[in-house]
Amino acid sequence: MLEIKNLHVKLEEEDKQILKGVDLSVGAGQVHAIMGPNGSGKSTLSYVLSGKDGYEVTQGGAQLEGADILDMEPEERAAAGLFLAFQYPVEIPGVGNMTFLRTALNGQRKARGEAEMNSAEFLKLVRAKAADLQISNDMLKRPVNVGFSGGEKKRNEILQMAVLEPKMCIMDETDSGLDVDAMKLVAQGVNALRDAGRSFLVITHYQRLLDHIAPDIVHIMADGRIVKSGGPDLALEVEKNGYADILAEVA
Amino acid sequence: MALAQVKADLTDVLLARHAVPTKGAGWASEARAEAAARLRVMGAPVRRDEYWRYTDPASLTAADAPEAAVLAVDEEPIFGAVDRLRVVFVDGRMDADLSDDLTGEGLTIEPLSQALATDIHWAREVYGVLEARGQTPVARPLAALNTAVAGAGLAIRVTGKVSRPLALTYLHHDTNSDAVIHHVIKLEPGADLTLLENGPAAARFNKCLEVDIAQDAAFHHVRAQGRDHERRAVTHMFARLSARSVFKSFTLTVNGVLTRNEAVIEFTGDDAHATVAGACAGDGVFQHDDTVFVTHDAVNCESRQVFKKVLRNGAVGVFQGKILVKAGAQKTDGYQISQGLLLDDDSQFLAKPELEIYADDVACSHGSTVGAVDPEALFYLTSRGVPAHEAQNMLVLAFLDEAIQEVEEDVLADALRGRLQEWLARRQSA
Repeated sequence: MLEIKNLHVKLEEEDKQILKGVDLSVGAGQVHAIMGPNGSGKSTLSYVLSGKDGYEVTQGGAQLEGADILDMEPEERAAAGLFLAFQYPVEIPGVGNMTFLRTALNGQRKARGEAEMNSAEFLKLVRAKAADLQISNDMLKRPVNVGFSGGEKKRNEILQMAVLEPKMCIMDETDSGLDVDAMKLVAQGVNALRDAGRSFLVITHYQRLLDHIAPDIVHIMADGRIVKSGGPDLALEVEKNGYADILAEVA
Repeated sequence: MALAQVKADLTDVLLARHAVPTKGAGWASEARAEAAARLRVMGAPVRRDEYWRYTDPASLTAADAPEAAVLAVDEEPIFGAVDRLRVVFVDGRMDADLSDDLTGEGLTIEPLSQALATDIHWAREVYGVLEARGQTPVARPLAALNTAVAGAGLAIRVTGKVSRPLALTYLHHDTNSDAVIHHVIKLEPGADLTLLENGPAAARFNKCLEVDIAQDAAFHHVRAQGRDHERRAVTHMFARLSARSVFKSFTLTVNGVLTRNEAVIEFTGDDAHATVAGACAGDGVFQHDDTVFVTHDAVNCESRQVFKKVLRNGAVGVFQGKILVKAGAQKTDGYQISQGLLLDDDSQFLAKPELEIYADDVACSHGSTVGAVDPEALFYLTSRGVPAHEAQNMLVLAFLDEAIQEVEEDVLADALRGRLQEWLARRQSA
């Protein structure tokens, strides 16, 4: 599904190398988790993959189902099936949640040469998905993320994921700022989307989220590289001993 | 040449270019003569005047109206969905055939020329009177010119709640037309009127609106200035508010090489409310200037100024807004916001917010910002699959919507939103 090879990335504005050769292969239907200390490059990886400005790829590449995605515009990547659940979902006053989501869905469909969804079908689809995530009609009517609590914002991300049905979901610290109940709700939403044709890359600081979203493979990232990969036990090890031991071991 | 001489010579040009109506009651002739005299004292506007520094008035004071091609418009009239009483002006002249009968429940409408030819008429208390009051402390010479020479317009007296809006449409047919229109409106106690205006009116348009609002009366005004690219307009609105009255005005402007909209609001009675708002979108040769002056001379009045401008390809937006709170105007609540959204590096937004306060128990705030489209928001939208141009349009509309929300009637606000969407869509396909 997602193949990242020897990816080197620096900041566009300053001479600072963030990613120093990331190799990662996520198979169809798999859930991979990336853990790592602050500043290891986890969020940068998610931004570079989804096409945010400000980064320069100096070496290596990334393919989604065989297509080079790093040359694509963000909306082309989305249409190709990539989705980033933001660590800090952006508030957009004046743009209605529903208008936004429908424009996004139909933008993707159009880009893929599919028929656009009419408003009745769309409304039905969103209402059903929103109910599962306990998202009220009022939240749907409000401007995008405006006045939402931290938990509501994250649920809104999962709603978007559920409606857009991407193939490759990247979740950037989706657990940050969530209480236990909200985290369970978000994890349920994610688990409901798991299937053989959809992959997840879950970026997190803590093992806690991985209790709810069971990963197939766990990677430890440090200083711009993936330094260790393993099974779910690796996350437990981090939880118990912190990163220091692992980093010392691979150094 | 000394500045005074330049202004005096230009004043001669201004007064010579319009024929002063000869018909009229004694009081009307006097009002016109007084306005001409006011103009001579002030002199024609020049760039060196404090309130014309950001907008060059040269094409407004030139002898001939610069040519403006007539835009072939294929869309429905903007307020077409609204049941309304229609009056149509073509190049500054009223066209009775295109207009409805000038009768409506709760109001009387007369052509201005008829009102000004009547010896005893309420218009005497308004025509040129509010304009003259609005000349201090800031001179508005082109409004005095209007009073001195206007031959067309309406005198509207509102005695009750008028259910159907009065809609004035200004058509532009002649590429060289130089129109002067002056309306006087008097709202009696408790009266309520919605006035709609739309259209370019002429190649060069000078419009003056005087509105006298008695206690407990409400005046709602929504206007869409025509989108002929080369048109020029200078408009003045003078409003006097009595106790507990309401004045709300909104203007949408797209296109036009030069637009100067002045609003002069005066609170003379307590507990009144005034809102002056506007949204504009300009692309290329476009100079749009909102100059607003609100005088609080009564207790517990609230005023709002809300202006939003989206500019690209060298378009220029200007905002000069002032709140003057006179001594004794306690409990004044004055609010002012002006914001420019620049879609490229070539465009400009020039803002001059002013507060002058002589009372100690007031709440006045003003804010002015200028910026580009938020890249975080743009990335969020595009990362979900919204095409980049649509994402930008969504953000532009969201920005302007904060001004459009000042329009109370949803059907009118939606008509304005539709106009902006069409404008953006045309730019997309171009």
